[in-house]
Amino acid sequence: MQLEQMYQEIILDHYKNPHRRGLRDPYDAEVHHVNPTCGDEVTLRVKLEGSGAEAKVVDVSYDAQGCSISQAATSVLTDLVVDGTVGESFAKHEEFLRLMQGRGKVEPDEDVLEDGIAFAGVAKYPARVKCALLGWMAFKDAVARVEGTES
Amino acid sequence: MTVAAGPLPLDVAAIRGDFAILGRTVRDGKPLVYLDSGATSQRPRQVLDAERTFLETSNAAVHRGAHQLSEEATDAYEGARARIASFVGVDQEEVVFTKNATEGINLVAYAMSNSSTSGPSAARFRLGPGDEVVITEVEHHANLVPWQQVCERTGATLRWFGVTSDGRVDLSELDSLVNERTKVVAFTHQSNVSGAITPVARIVKRAKEVGALTVLDACQSVPHMPVDFRALDVDFAVFSGHKMLGPSGIGVLYGRFELLSAMPPFITGGSMIELVRMEGSTFAPPPQRFEAGVPMTSQAIGLAAAVDYLSVVGLERVHAHEMALTAAALRGLSEVDGVHIVGPTDLTERGGAVSFVIDGVHAHDAGQVLDSLGVEIRVGHHCAWPLHRKLGVAASVRASFYLYNTLEEVDVLVEAVREAKRFFGVA
Repeated sequence: MQLEQMYQEIILDHYKNPHRRGLRDPYDAEVHHVNPTCGDEVTLRVKLEGSGAEAKVVDVSYDAQGCSISQAATSVLTDLVVDGTVGESFAKHEEFLRLMQGRGKVEPDEDVLEDGIAFAGVAKYPARVKCALLGWMAFKDAVARVEGTES
Repeated sequence: MTVAAGPLPLDVAAIRGDFAILGRTVRDGKPLVYLDSGATSQRPRQVLDAERTFLETSNAAVHRGAHQLSEEATDAYEGARARIASFVGVDQEEVVFTKNATEGINLVAYAMSNSSTSGPSAARFRLGPGDEVVITEVEHHANLVPWQQVCERTGATLRWFGVTSDGRVDLSELDSLVNERTKVVAFTHQSNVSGAITPVARIVKRAKEVGALTVLDACQSVPHMPVDFRALDVDFAVFSGHKMLGPSGIGVLYGRFELLSAMPPFITGGSMIELVRMEGSTFAPPPQRFEAGVPMTSQAIGLAAAVDYLSVVGLERVHAHEMALTAAALRGLSEVDGVHIVGPTDLTERGGAVSFVIDGVHAHDAGQVLDSLGVEIRVGHHCAWPLHRKLGVAASVRASFYLYNTLEEVDVLVEAVREAKRFFGVA
């Protein structure tokens, strides 16, 4: 059944038990993003240490309402970026974006994306790709705002 | 021999035979269960044939040229206008073809803001500081954003009716909301989310008392039940072709002739003029004044064919059929634990859009499970975000019915909702 390809166990696990959920202090920037087609929303905070690509992602916290895909993708995002550098997080975002825009024909790199590879099935459903990217868009925006206020 | 009390039931099998698309399968061979006619309806062979026949025999630019094809095309186009006008109880000159209903509402809104720079005959349409525009919180964005924008352009104030917990327009403050400052009251005939039918007569009566214009969004009513704009006594009304078995790319704006005659144009250019000089131009009478450029032609012919199709079936029968489907859906869904209807839970003053939420299953996820079973419904806020926000619902699932749907399809819907709960582990 196609449904199981899309809703892999990993996704449902993250949906039911999201990682790093909730808004926390301290933070450097907070953003609010919406998916205008469905009304899903995420408020996301980042806390960085240092500056530029070498800055360390100390924390990503969030409050979101949305479908299992957007919730799980944001949870996985925090696993992928927290404790890494901003440069690494952007590389992971690139890889995730490549996977999500690949219409299900891109072979994901598990070393880079870890649990993120579970979203390969979602990429076959164009209407749901935005759901998976909502948290990532918010994260990139938040990091850009931190860097913007520093410079 | 006894006479049946209600309208005769539809021959749904015969009707379905006219809609080739309903015979296809989706997602690994599942029979298509199309329950998204509130977004767009499917088109019968008769509509497609009418468009094709026109294009293969008489296609030409209308209202220009003197050749035979142009004559035939113009006759077909204006004949279509007459049939469509008669379908909603108004005169041919009162029907303006637009791209869609959204454009029809924008036409009225822009004509009103253009009135501040037009001559004295347009004074009655002027909006400015101190004037009020009244809408409702249940509106589709198409009947909401244009009014926000016209208020921003003109300095008028936007006010709105609230919504009751079952998704109806709350008229408890009718007399204070619609007052001597009110210039326009724009409201939906039937909510595209809750299915609730608005008491048009009450609003129109109050609007007339204070001399305000009324604009009716009839997108969800005209396709589904007998509607007579003259009897409703509204000043303007809009509906869409693609929601009533017709083509996309065509909508209808009705305006009382006397109003259209006094109203300045929205989009200007060819076809809509009376006289053009380098120093300035005058404009054609309605409806031409509001149809700049070469209009959509085969779409008008297609929409007239859709109107003919619906007239032959009979709108009373269509409505009765949809009410039977709606009753079955409300009954079936109410038997599923954790399903909550967003809208009236009985058939009182309601049409065939049934929106709902499922505890523990987001609308998008529910939609995905339903889709995997061939059930095509709408998920999200259905372009009525303020309504969802007001009712405390981020997104809902909407099933919407039409004359080609069956009770068996309602059963499939209800079973698919149960499956969505199972899949996401919500017992």
